[in-house]
Amino acid sequence: MNLIQIDAQSWAKGIEKLKAVYRTFGPKKEKNDLEFKELQAGELPELHFQNTRMSPKALVYPQTQAMFTYSLDESREDCRILKEVKRDEKPQAAIGIRPCDALAFKLVQRNFDSREYQDVYWINAYEATTLVGLACDHPCSTCFCTSAGTGPFGEEGLDVLLIQQNDTLYAKAITQKGESLIQAAGWKSAAAKDAAGNMDALKTKAESEISAFVETDKLKQKKIMEIYEAPFWEAETFSCINCGTCTFVCPTCWCFDIQDETHGKSGVRMRNWDTCMSPLFTIHASGHNPREHKYERVRQRFMHKLKYYVDKYNDGIQCVGCGRCIRSCPVNIDIRKICNKMNSFDPQSCSCEVASS
Amino acid sequence: MTAYTDKIRQIASKLLTEGKVDMVIGFRKGSIPMMNQPLFIKTPGEAQELIWDSHCALNLANYVTNRKEKIGIVAKGCDSRNLVTHIIENKITREQLHIIGVPCTGMVDRHKVSAMIEAEITAIEESGDSIKISGNGFSKELKKTEVLQENCAGCTHRNPVIYDELVGELVPEQSGVDPYASVREVESMSPEEKWNYFEDLISNCIRCYACRNACPLCYCPTCFVDESRPQWVGKSQDPTDVRTFHLLRAYHCAGRCSDCGACERACPMGIKVREFTKKLNKDCLELYGWEAGLTVDARPALDTFKADDPQDFIK
Ligand code: SF4
Ligand code: SF4
Ligand code: SF4
Repeated sequence: MNLIQIDAQSWAKGIEKLKAVYRTFGPKKEKNDLEFKELQAGELPELHFQNTRMSPKALVYPQTQAMFTYSLDESREDCRILKEVKRDEKPQAAIGIRPCDALAFKLVQRNFDSREYQDVYWINAYEATTLVGLACDHPCSTCFCTSAGTGPFGEEGLDVLLIQQNDTLYAKAITQKGESLIQAAGWKSAAAKDAAGNMDALKTKAESEISAFVETDKLKQKKIMEIYEAPFWEAETFSCINCGTCTFVCPTCWCFDIQDETHGKSGVRMRNWDTCMSPLFTIHASGHNPREHKYERVRQRFMHKLKYYVDKYNDGIQCVGCGRCIRSCPVNIDIRKICNKMNSFDPQSCSCEVASS
Repeated sequence: MTAYTDKIRQIASKLLTEGKVDMVIGFRKGSIPMMNQPLFIKTPGEAQELIWDSHCALNLANYVTNRKEKIGIVAKGCDSRNLVTHIIENKITREQLHIIGVPCTGMVDRHKVSAMIEAEITAIEESGDSIKISGNGFSKELKKTEVLQENCAGCTHRNPVIYDELVGELVPEQSGVDPYASVREVESMSPEEKWNYFEDLISNCIRCYACRNACPLCYCPTCFVDESRPQWVGKSQDPTDVRTFHLLRAYHCAGRCSDCGACERACPMGIKVREFTKKLNKDCLELYGWEAGLTVDARPALDTFKADDPQDFIK
């Protein structure tokens, strides 16, 4: 596909034009860190950064989302009738999203858009979104995207890939949606002939800068119960404080909880992100909790991402290697270490008797 | 403080060899800079994993709650004060603990250091009072005193208040520090300014509860925010619910908080949650002359009644 070249001036102009057509989001400075926020008139997305603190998943899947409203007022005809909340499904564009975070939408799609279940909230928001990626020229030391199905120049899940070289940006449309965005922005100068070759060199260089890796090749062949009962869980999960940080910052964690909140006689049915780290996640109405202990909850997070998902979809792990959970965990639980332990676990060579049942 | 490492290993190994404890709880080197990881060891051979430096800021008292074993625990000043509170509140007994006391000269503020440099810090080394941070194409020397956690800079209980043995000489306690400077600033604000100050403070809270869970005081079997029958607090990002969480968490720590700073350090969003608890610490000190966790022989301020307790704040 053709490379388009964008200089600083047409970049700024193009972003303004986009704001007329799309709600335009990009990394913005927020209290010492960057987050994806809507760009106001005159604002440009930050392009020099490693990654945002929170993943951009909230653009499609907000932490709190109202689904229905209702009234409990008996004198009203619509008493106890759920009414759908109107959603703003105007096209939106995320500018400067990293390739790992873009791939995450594809992974999450398996959950929200399957043959059995169609989550209209997620699907409609996702369809209304154009993802304009920014290739990583300096990956973090905690990024392991190349062993999680993508890479610093990965294209899967993106509509456009932007590559930065000095002050010039190169744009490559990957999908039809991407083409339309480039048109709407009015970017059209074709890049010089040798640009594509330069981009390949940049890609190779960025990939060579990745310094973190995980081993995932044996996860599929392991028996679920063998890893589940592996003796390393107690020690590896000891430091965990069971907060929800890892799941909330993660672009691929998708679990939610649905709640009715009633104020006086009117109420809202909403959904909120939930986290498997919380005891409340699994407690039954009877009071019984199948994941009563901390290690069981931590184990669940890793078993889901690195074993159940792997078995169910046969397409790698449910993790894109963004490294956020590693950077944000307050007690240094490191998915790289756990993944490698799971991958290399051999019940036969283990001296303890846990795996016998 | 890195010199303590050898001593901690020696003590831990001896305790386990002699069978005096079932486990030793301490820190091991973390997988990223400024992050050490709490761990337990059960055999003398594992003692080599234990370390000490200026990134051992989590509060290890959090890891002994309701445990049944005999435990050797590495404890700096604030950890020891939370152990005292745990003993008073029957979360562990004194007899179960062998406290390996660490005279502390303060912990490095990871949020502050990260915010000082745009690029990623990939390594950090310390020697004496100097901290060297480095990353791709840069390296910078810092004085530890410039990058201390705020609670450490104002700490007046650096030495453990109870211990069975020490890993080094006691350090001089700081004098002339004002741990409540920022509280006074807030106190002097108008109600509207206060409101805006706290609204801004918690505006990016994601309700992950890392602050609550890093705190040794928060051990309720079901926290009020998790209670569902009846549900006290909504679960959404509604500002009222976020505020309720922060205010109630702080009140539940009143007269118990050691100002260890674990809550603030744990927050992934860098929110200064101690702004809430510090005010209550100051009130406890001014109204009742009470500082939490200094002795197992006195009942906490909110646990006792004296006829001459001040009461003019009751309106
Ligand atoms: S599990 Fe961790 S590294 Fe993987 S996608 Fe989620 S936050 Fe990123
Ligand atoms: S740790 Fe920070 S983000 Fe999480 S609930 Fe506490 S203040 Fe909010
Ligand atoms: S509230 Fe924060 S400073 Fe106080 S004891 Fe708990 S973790 Fe430590």
